[in-house]
Amino acid sequence: MTRDPYEVLGVAKTASADDIKKAYRKLVKQLHPDLHPGDKKAADRFKDVSSAYEIVGDPEKRKKFDKGEIDASGAERPDQRFYREYANRGGAKQYQSNRGFADFGDFSDIFSDLFGAAGAAGATPMRGRNVHYKLEVDFLTAAKGGQQRITLPDGKQLGVNIPEGVTDGQTLRLKGLGHPGRGDAPAGDAMIEIHVRPHPTFERKGDDVVSELAVAIDEAVLGAKVEAPTVSGRVMITVPKGASSGQTLRLKGKGIKAKSGAHGDHLIRLKIVMPKAIDEELEKFMTGWRERHAYNPRQE
Amino acid sequence: MTISEQDLIVEVRELSVQRLHKWIRLGWVRPERREGAAFFHDVDVARVRLLNELEHTLEFDDDTVPLVLSLLDQIHGLRNELRCLTLAIEEQPAAIRERIRNAYARIADE
Repeated sequence: MTRDPYEVLGVAKTASADDIKKAYRKLVKQLHPDLHPGDKKAADRFKDVSSAYEIVGDPEKRKKFDKGEIDASGAERPDQRFYREYANRGGAKQYQSNRGFADFGDFSDIFSDLFGAAGAAGATPMRGRNVHYKLEVDFLTAAKGGQQRITLPDGKQLGVNIPEGVTDGQTLRLKGLGHPGRGDAPAGDAMIEIHVRPHPTFERKGDDVVSELAVAIDEAVLGAKVEAPTVSGRVMITVPKGASSGQTLRLKGKGIKAKSGAHGDHLIRLKIVMPKAIDEELEKFMTGWRERHAYNPRQE
Repeated sequence: MTISEQDLIVEVRELSVQRLHKWIRLGWVRPERREGAAFFHDVDVARVRLLNELEHTLEFDDDTVPLVLSLLDQIHGLRNELRCLTLAIEEQPAAIRERIRNAYARIADE
């Protein structure tokens, strides 16, 4: 339903063209979306007001409307893009002013730190602000290094080189990929904070990697050569004869590359796992064995 | 996307070259300059529409327009900084957000 344009503008049907214009102007001041950034209601009402004025503000159209030749519909203006829709975005930086913050510097340095580089047109050249991103990488990429893509807020994609051995919480700096500088000043940097996803098997302790390896009782008793995963692939390791749960084997240099260039170690913690079912033969053997060799591992 | 000065004059009703040049001279509109010609981005076009509305419809005079414009630029600057600050807080872990919220409530109450 389109409302009566006279009603929308709050004027009588007999109002003079001048009165209509005055009424319209008053409503524009109250409702113009650009004079009330962020006010959604004002924008909707402004649309009605401009449609109404479109008809009764034009002497020809008003005459036709009064005679009933046209109705109030069809006079809506195509959706206008108001200034406020652009003004908050990066593209409007040249017009934005942060003079409204100037006195904040008196009680907090954070304002000059944060807002120093923004706004204020025509000022001295100033280095662009850094932009900050978070990037989640999986455990193995962090351990071995690799490439990972990041999508920036503006939709651009960026290939980030993940250096070998990057740690959780470390920040990578990509020079010149931040906000552009003002004047001749260089652009800021992109600061990428790395978050390493935990791995189901490996755990990182400094430059060492720790993992647990299940061994069967016969392997523990007799010793064995078994395969174990490390961050650089599977390796054969020797489970010593008589190994216990919790015993740790150190694989030198199979850990993560340290800042010094040397590699940390891979620590394998053994865990003895019983067979799924204790068969008669094992039970019988153990019963006999206990009579002659019982020991108490809880002592000492 | 940018448009030329001629296209802009066609696009915005009741805009004259004289008034557009005046706004550019006063720095109210700052188009991109390439090889001596002016090119208007979307934001410039919207700003020209706004200036047109202020001068033509609202009949603000030459003293009032810059005042309104300056207040609007400050509001948009502040809104943008507030938006950035909000997003920066949003990125923080829940515990830090909670602390900021508490500190904010306390300071706002003082």
